Amino acid sequence: MSEQVSAEKVPVTVLTGYLGAGKTTLLNRILSEPHGKKYAVIVNEFGEIGIDNDLVVGADEEVFEMNNGCICCTVRGDLVRILDGLMRRKGKFDAVIVETTGLADPAPVAQTFFVDENVGRKTRLDAVVTVADAKWLKERLKDAPEAKNQIAFADVILINKTDLVSPEELADVEGRIRAINPYARVHRTERAQIPLSEILDRNAFDLDRILDIEPDFLGAGDDHDHHHDHDQHDDHGHDHAHNHGGLKHYHDEEMQSVSIKTDKPLDPDKFFPWVQNLVQTEGPNILRCKGILSFKNDDDRFVFQGVHMILDGDHQRPWNKDEKRDSRLVFIGRNLPEEAIRQGFETCIA
Amino acid sequence: MTDPRADTVSVTDRTHPVAAGTSVVAAHFLGQTAVFVLGDEALLLVEPKGEPRRVVVHGGAILATAADGKRVISGGDDGKVVATDAAGHAITLAADAKHRWIDHVALASDGAVAWSAGKTAYVQAKELRQFEAPSTVGGLAFLPKGFRLAVAHYNGATLWFPNAPQATPETLEWKGSHLSATISPDGRFLVTAMQEPMLHGWRLTDAKHMRMSGYTARVTSLGWTVGGHWLATSGSAQLILWPFQGKDGPMGKEPRVLSPSQNRVTAVACHLRQEIVAAGYGDGMILFVRIDDGAEILAKKPGPAPVSALAWSSDGKVFAFGTEDGDAGILDLA
Repeated sequence: MSEQVSAEKVPVTVLTGYLGAGKTTLLNRILSEPHGKKYAVIVNEFGEIGIDNDLVVGADEEVFEMNNGCICCTVRGDLVRILDGLMRRKGKFDAVIVETTGLADPAPVAQTFFVDENVGRKTRLDAVVTVADAKWLKERLKDAPEAKNQIAFADVILINKTDLVSPEELADVEGRIRAINPYARVHRTERAQIPLSEILDRNAFDLDRILDIEPDFLGAGDDHDHHHDHDQHDDHGHDHAHNHGGLKHYHDEEMQSVSIKTDKPLDPDKFFPWVQNLVQTEGPNILRCKGILSFKNDDDRFVFQGVHMILDGDHQRPWNKDEKRDSRLVFIGRNLPEEAIRQGFETCIA
Repeated sequence: MTDPRADTVSVTDRTHPVAAGTSVVAAHFLGQTAVFVLGDEALLLVEPKGEPRRVVVHGGAILATAADGKRVISGGDDGKVVATDAAGHAITLAADAKHRWIDHVALASDGAVAWSAGKTAYVQAKELRQFEAPSTVGGLAFLPKGFRLAVAHYNGATLWFPNAPQATPETLEWKGSHLSATISPDGRFLVTAMQEPMLHGWRLTDAKHMRMSGYTARVTSLGWTVGGHWLATSGSAQLILWPFQGKDGPMGKEPRVLSPSQNRVTAVACHLRQEIVAAGYGDGMILFVRIDDGAEILAKKPGPAPVSALAWSSDGKVFAFGTEDGDAGILDLA
């Protein structure tokens, strides 16, 4: 699919977050900023109210399984219907925002864009934005699997209500988020105040933009990678709280990410059967995956992404002359068999 | 690329272009007056050789329409159900109290109107009746006899007698999301288009299942040929026709496959007098296809946008088309 076509598609941003985290505050902020854009907003019929927009549509969050032999391939039937309807008045708005309930799983929303051709032809999933409550997320991660899903699935995470917690608590909650999803962009906010460019038009599901699959926080510098013990954190204190210094490292027992990298070219005849089989067997546990691949005897970069069992991939562009040809993959999921994944991947090296 | 239909007989010179100005989502005929349903909030009425007349019928997008030759019934995202006649007189039949979208509409042979908003299906006959489906309604179709409405939804469809509130509606089960419903003209078969690229059918006498698959895209347009012998469908890079002549319908039979193209069929419309189907394609081309021998006539050359609306007048002498980018026209075939 050409870039021009994708540029014309209406971007859809998905707002998730556990009850009370501040989704509606963020939504109202998006709608009230003087950006000159018109948004269609899809909200849950029984959700929080008080949204000031003339194009608000109530959804039922009806999730059903596709009859395609893929047990985790669920889609939001109401979204298919509503986006079909909204596209009839195309041109009357610039973007769509889907606000999910606090208990919603983002996967069926995302899968709707991969599975339904009519939806995928006219709209594009831009990003999943998750609002987390700085004070309560830690508790929710313990008792609410939905909250963990929302963090693991996110492209952008707002740690909201930072004014209600101490810097230590804030560092703690960010550490816990990082343990689940080191690849999302994390922002700390009060009353969901954030420049809209940080949450809208992210192109997080655009194959052409699968560039930053390095963990975001490693970009801050590798040097503090080795001293993340508790004492170090205390020494750093407040000064570093805003640039990820003193970030605690946690390991989430249930939800992890597996990141693989090699500078050796891959054999496509080995890689595709392997990854297909992996998502077939581990699909229910793999929330998201993405990768940039270098195949032997192939001068083009191959990019792919996936949600549960659904994979989407394409040749992207020729490798640049000065670009390092390596392959990078990331899987985020629940109880992932890391060793098996790594060993399986090794066998795909040409 | 060479045009594969360069040698096909063409009637494109009989086209009267119509300036729709915006995407055309459906087309109907009220007598000889063509009605183009526009992507915004209006109908465009065009009498033979007349100037297009724009009639605003909704305060938002038109989500569904049905017509019986006398009226076009439309449902909008303003929550209204509107009936418009050939003169352009529009009356509001119903307005949803909560301004919910009217997702589907259907017309019975006696003029009764049905519509749905979310999970609720309504029928306005002498009284207003309503039926709560187990999930959002995906499609509505009246049976030709007996004042009965088929309501498609998730995991099947329900047959509802609006005038017999005490009777338990009959549910036909099939797992998945059923997004539209159509009843064969003889009333023996119910067919739904599913979220997956396939159709599902039930023979109503014994609820026997029919699976009609092999499509490459969701089927969004279907129609019965004259006499109900064939069900013509979009969703494939050929015109797919399922045989419904026999008592078993298409059970165990292959569909007839005509007029292959490099692009998918996006809209179909069956001639009301002869076994001819108009097929619109994703590249904007329209062919008239004779089912008997597969003979083709080119009705519209390929253009920039997919064909989204097709209609025949009841005598088959006038034909209307529209595309997603507002390319529209009327062909005088008399």
